[in-house]
Amino acid sequence: MSRTTRKLARFAAAATAVALVAACAPGSDDDGDDAEDNGASAEVETDLEDLGDVTLVVWDQEVRGGQSEQIDELNQAFEEEYPNITVDRVSRSTDDLRTTLRLALTDDDAPDVVQANNSRTEMGQYVGSGLLEPLDAYADTYGWFERFPESVRSLAMYSDDGEVYGDGALYGLPQMGEIVGLYYSKPKLDELGIDPPTTYDEFVAALETADDAGELPIQFGNLNPFAGIHEYGFVQNQFLDAETIRNLGFGRPGSSWLEPESIEATETIMSWVDDGYFTDGFAGLDYDDSWQQFTQGEGIFLVAGTWLLADLDDAMGEDVGFVLPPAGASGQRLVTGGISIPFAIPANSANKEAAAAYIDFITNADAMTTVAEAGNLPVVDADQQEASGLQAEVFEAWGQAGAEDLLVPYLDYATPTFFDTITAAIQDLLGGQRDPEDFLNHLETEYLEQVGG
Amino acid sequence: MSSMVGTETAAREAARRRRPKGPPGEPRRLAYLYILPALIVFVTFIGLPLFRSATFSLYEWDGLGSSTWVGLANYAAVFTDPALRGAFIHALVLIVFYAVVPVSLGLLLAATMMRAGRMRGLGLFRVLIFLPQVVPMVVVAIAWRQIYAPEGPLNSLFRAVGLDAVARPWLGDYTWALPSVGLVGTWVGTGLCFVLFLAGMAKVPRELYEAARLDGASPRREFFAITLPSVRGELAVALTLTVIAALKTFDLVYVMTSGGPGNQTAVPSYEVYRHAFLIGEVGTAAALALVLTALVFVATVIINRIGDSNDGSAPAGASGIRALARRNRSGPPVASSDQPGPDPDLDDAGPEPEEPAGSDDPRQQGRGR
Repeated sequence: MSRTTRKLARFAAAATAVALVAACAPGSDDDGDDAEDNGASAEVETDLEDLGDVTLVVWDQEVRGGQSEQIDELNQAFEEEYPNITVDRVSRSTDDLRTTLRLALTDDDAPDVVQANNSRTEMGQYVGSGLLEPLDAYADTYGWFERFPESVRSLAMYSDDGEVYGDGALYGLPQMGEIVGLYYSKPKLDELGIDPPTTYDEFVAALETADDAGELPIQFGNLNPFAGIHEYGFVQNQFLDAETIRNLGFGRPGSSWLEPESIEATETIMSWVDDGYFTDGFAGLDYDDSWQQFTQGEGIFLVAGTWLLADLDDAMGEDVGFVLPPAGASGQRLVTGGISIPFAIPANSANKEAAAAYIDFITNADAMTTVAEAGNLPVVDADQQEASGLQAEVFEAWGQAGAEDLLVPYLDYATPTFFDTITAAIQDLLGGQRDPEDFLNHLETEYLEQVGG
Repeated sequence: MSSMVGTETAAREAARRRRPKGPPGEPRRLAYLYILPALIVFVTFIGLPLFRSATFSLYEWDGLGSSTWVGLANYAAVFTDPALRGAFIHALVLIVFYAVVPVSLGLLLAATMMRAGRMRGLGLFRVLIFLPQVVPMVVVAIAWRQIYAPEGPLNSLFRAVGLDAVARPWLGDYTWALPSVGLVGTWVGTGLCFVLFLAGMAKVPRELYEAARLDGASPRREFFAITLPSVRGELAVALTLTVIAALKTFDLVYVMTSGGPGNQTAVPSYEVYRHAFLIGEVGTAAALALVLTALVFVATVIINRIGDSNDGSAPAGASGIRALARRNRSGPPVASSDQPGPDPDLDDAGPEPEEPAGSDDPRQQGRGR
């Protein structure tokens, strides 16, 4: 080969490569046509025996002790009820499930039931790409609309294009509820002579009393970025009203982070930092270390979710209590919370009717009892469960949140990237790298960029 | 009998005639056949994925639905988005902790140990220093996260000796989070460098040092004149491994800080993972990954150049490094001015030394070759 032909060949190879790169656009074979057959008009088959032998592939992420047993128990009961159906359980950790789910959903041979996180980055994107089955037809048949309150259902509802969150069709059902409330140390409150606070003023008074007595007012560790959202949301709930927080959380156009109440909330949390109301060195404290320190008597309050229910109950027994966040300006005890990762049906599933029956089965009244017995918070019927101690207090708080419509969404639901934006910004704020005004302006800019005015 | 011998000779003759002239492997087509199995493995597991990533990097794609062609916009974002650019700057800072410090420390430790000669407990010491290499990085990260905890052993130590002002939440501190992560890299990397250098130095003939000492060379002079040039190959290997480790840091950040506080410890690999799997920006992730790949490639090439440039003048003791340093140039020995170290007069082909051949003249190095 002469030098020029070699050069030519190289050029041709490069050109081909570029052409190939341009030609094979990733994911271009999927236009999301699947949204057509949402079965809204078709009759839903509920008599599973007519389906013949079915192997139902279920992907869940309930790998922790009590939760894993709870699923196993329900699967067994389901198989006993419907001998022609075999449940093939695939259980992965939350992170592993999330990273493999994208590939699994686009596969022609998709699983039949999956736990798909209801955030925009996951469920929202799956819905937008037509990879999840809308469940409205099944919900009609099985009566899910009556069984699950709207505040719960809306957390798994999206528009067809996945752009609008909290409205549209139902895409999944959760087994458990979760709220970020206020745990308190009973012996320490008794010692200080204060009652569990029900209003903002009482809460602030309690913080001062605790601080004066040399006790740590609020146990907090913010090394794991997610922790900051819970702490900030807890304070925000005492300044803003439910509607404003929901608009911000669901990323509805027209909302703003620059309301005067947001500034007050942000300045308040900063004043707590300045007054030393949080754990010394909270910026470097691991989340798990933090609540473990609480169980060992460091701190009289702990702002945390009901996912710690079983752990705190084990460690502290009668010494720990749980209440909804104190009522602030709105007069309501608003509480950040939501649902455990909902079970959904992939659009590519071959056994959708059996899948819907499965989801109904693991969320029915008997299943809720199983959930409660496993030490968790059932998403519905919590008030009908037998419980005592901390579990009873959590069930009661959840029941009250549902009855009085107190639930507000996590702030990171707003946009696909808002989790990163707000967690980093809260670390910046609490670490003194941004002042409250700068913090809110930053959030507003990022928010408007994604959501639009 | 004789006829058989004749046939055999003839056959051998024929075989010799059939074997084409030229170096083994000729003709080229045959050579390609030899490398085919390796090539298939390479193309399947490296070439195609790389190509596919290059494709992804030109699109905006969430990993699920249809994609939009954006040309080089993703690459532009890598260089203009302050968060992504910051990740690369953090990786460069980590190179100091992962590569520069461990290599320097490893050299110092190994050289000291070689001078010390037979030392009690040398084996144990070697094992202890190398041990971090054996522990999985995730375990290392979890252990150090505990050490750095606000009430952890490190702060307790500082408080115990009255340095309360030094104690801080290391991983949550805006100034100290990145150095804290980097220091773990130093702790892990030093053992590898140390063992590599120790092996390299063991091959240097003792006579070189004896000669140097007879000529009155100071320990410092000995180090720069004999030890350092002898381990140049090991140096290249150590630098290559540690610099790559620094650039591709993921596990430490993932476990210890998740990129925080703020974005203070965000690094490219973590950003790739975050964009691809957590926020569904596969295009940006692919572009980042490719830029990172290119950076690693360039770093490796540069480091190997440094390792190679001394081939002509390395002392005999360093012969073992050649397999490691993958020499691919066969030019004349490189001029002495290319060498690091303060002694341009080492190469005996060079100009006459300016200072009189006195106490410090290390010319004996040439004799050792």
